[in-house]
Amino acid sequence: MNRIRAGRVVGWVVLGLFLLITLFPFYWMLRTSFSTNGALPSHANSFLPAETTVDAYRRVLGLSSVNEALRQGGSTATVNFWLYLRNSFVVAISTTVVQTFFAALAAYAFARLRWPLRNFVFTLFLAALMVPPIFTTLPNFVLIRDLGLLNTFLGIVLPNLLMSPFAVFFLRQFFLNISHEIEEAARLDGAGHLRIFFRIIVPMSAAPIATLAILTYVAAWNDYFWPLLVGQDENVRVLTVALGIFKAQTPNGGPDWAGLMAATVIAALPVIVLFTLLGKRVINSIQFSGLK
Amino acid sequence: MTLTRAARRPLLRERRRETLYAIAFVLPAAIGFVAFYLTPAIRGVWLSFTSYDLFTPGEFVGGANYAKVVDDHVFWNALLVTLEYVVVNIGLQTAVALLLAALMQRLARSMVIRGILLVPYMVSGVVVALLWQWLLDYQIGIVNNALDFVGLPRQSFFGDPALAIVTVALINVWKSMGYTALLLFAGLQAIPKDVYEAAAIDGASEVKAFWRVSLPLLRPVLALVLIVSLIGSFQIFDTIAVTTKGGPVNATRVIYYYIYDLAFNRYDFGYASAIALILFVILLGVTLVQLRLTRANRSDLA
Repeated sequence: MNRIRAGRVVGWVVLGLFLLITLFPFYWMLRTSFSTNGALPSHANSFLPAETTVDAYRRVLGLSSVNEALRQGGSTATVNFWLYLRNSFVVAISTTVVQTFFAALAAYAFARLRWPLRNFVFTLFLAALMVPPIFTTLPNFVLIRDLGLLNTFLGIVLPNLLMSPFAVFFLRQFFLNISHEIEEAARLDGAGHLRIFFRIIVPMSAAPIATLAILTYVAAWNDYFWPLLVGQDENVRVLTVALGIFKAQTPNGGPDWAGLMAATVIAALPVIVLFTLLGKRVINSIQFSGLK
Repeated sequence: MTLTRAARRPLLRERRRETLYAIAFVLPAAIGFVAFYLTPAIRGVWLSFTSYDLFTPGEFVGGANYAKVVDDHVFWNALLVTLEYVVVNIGLQTAVALLLAALMQRLARSMVIRGILLVPYMVSGVVVALLWQWLLDYQIGIVNNALDFVGLPRQSFFGDPALAIVTVALINVWKSMGYTALLLFAGLQAIPKDVYEAAAIDGASEVKAFWRVSLPLLRPVLALVLIVSLIGSFQIFDTIAVTTKGGPVNATRVIYYYIYDLAFNRYDFGYASAIALILFVILLGVTLVQLRLTRANRSDLA
C-alpha cells in the first residue's frame, strides 16, 4: 500500500514539473513585456518585472516617438501592432466564416445526398490531405502573383477560403450520424434540401461546427508560411509575419526583448483567451480525432 | 405497366433534383479544390521538370533538376539535418507524451490540467520561437543564468552548430507534447477497465500494467499518432525561419527551409519544386512503411 502511495506522490511531482515547464515560459514572457530593456541584465534573477513599465506596449503599438523608442532600446523602424492585430482578425475571421460555411455545404452533399461520382470525388478530396503543403504552395504563389493578388487580403485568404479537406472530412463524419428519420419526416412535410440543410442539419450539428470553426480560426491566426510569401506589405501584414520582421529589425547586439515579448503577448493573447473560454470543446474534439 | 412508368417518372425527377442540389452544394468546395489543390499539384510536377525562375517562362529541362539533386550536398545535408530533427523531436515527444498520458489517466483526469498542457500547442510557432530565443539568450536568458547559477558553462543554444538543431527539436517537443499526450490519453481511455482489473488480480503493479497491458493495447492509436506527428515533424519551418534561418552554416537548414530558400531567395523555382516532390514521395514512403510495421489498422482489442 505504501509503495502505491509513494508512486502516486512521484507521479504528482512529475506532473507538477511538466505543468511548471509549460507555464513558466508564458509567465516569463509577461514579466519581460512589462520590463525596461536597460534593467533586464541587472534584474536577471528577479521574478518580478525589471523596473515595471508599459513602455514596451506603447512602443509596439506605435504610440511612442522614434526618439523615445530608441532611448528605450527599440529600433527606428516603425511598428504598429494595432494594425497587424486588425489584419490578423480580418484574415482569421473571414477564413473561418467562409471556409466553414462552404465546407458544411460540401459535407452535407457527401454525407446525405446521393449523386454519381460521390465517393470518387470524396476520395480525391481526402487524397489532398496527404500532399505536403509546400508542394502546392509553390505553384499557388505563382497563381496568386499572376492574378495580381500579392499583398492583398484576398491573396492571403483565397487558397483556404473555399475548402480545406480536413473541414469537409470532419463535418461529414458528424452529418453521417444524424438519424435519417428526422430528415424523412421533414421531406414528407415538403421541405427541400436547402431547408433540410439549414433547419435540421446545421442546428443539430451546432457543436461540431463550432468546434471546427475554433480549430480553423486558431490555424488561420497562427499561420506563418503562406502570409510570409504573399503578405509582407504593412497594410495586410498579419501578426506572425510582423513578429518575424520585428525580430529581424531589432538591433542584433541588444535585442529589444521587452518590445518583442510585448508583441508576442499581443499575438498570443487572443488565441489564449479563446482557448480559455472554449477550451473544453477543443480538448474533446482532439480526443475524438485521436480515436478516429 | 403504365402505372409503374408513371410512378417512376417522379422518382427519376427526384433523383435528378438531388444530383443538381448536390452539385450546387459541392461546387464552391470543388472550385477551391481544383484551383488550389489539384491544379497546383499537377503544375508542381510540371515545374519540377523546368528551369522556371518566377520571372521568365521556364524551359523544359527533362530530369535535369533530379539529376542535380544527386550531387547537391546541401540537399543531402538538409535531408540529414531533417532526419536528425525528426528523430530527436519525435523520439522525445512520444516518450514524454506517453508519460503524460499515463499520468493523466492514473492521477488527474481534470480538464484544467489537460487544458494547461495544451496551451503551447495553441499559440503560433513564431511566438514560441521568439519566446524561447529570449529564454535561451546567451547573455541574459533565464536558462543560461540558471546554468551559470548551478556552475555549468553558458551555452549558445542557437549559435553552436552541434546544439542548434537539437535546441529547435526540444522547443517543438515543448510545443506539441500536450497535444500528443491528449491523443494518447484518449486512446488509453478507450481501453476497457476489466483488462486492468484482470492485471491487478494477477498481481501486476501499476508500472508493469502500463508496459504489459496499456502499451500493447494502445498500439493502433500510437501508430496513427506517430504517423501524423512524423509527417508534421518533417515539415518544420516556423521555428527555424524565425531563429536560425538555416544557420549556423547549414546546421539547421532543414528540407522545408531549403525549399523555401531556393524558391524565394534564389528564384530557382524548378529545382525547388523537384525537391518538394521528393519530400512528398519520402512522406508517402514513411506513411506506408509505418502502416506496415505497426499494423496500425489492426487492434489487439478486436
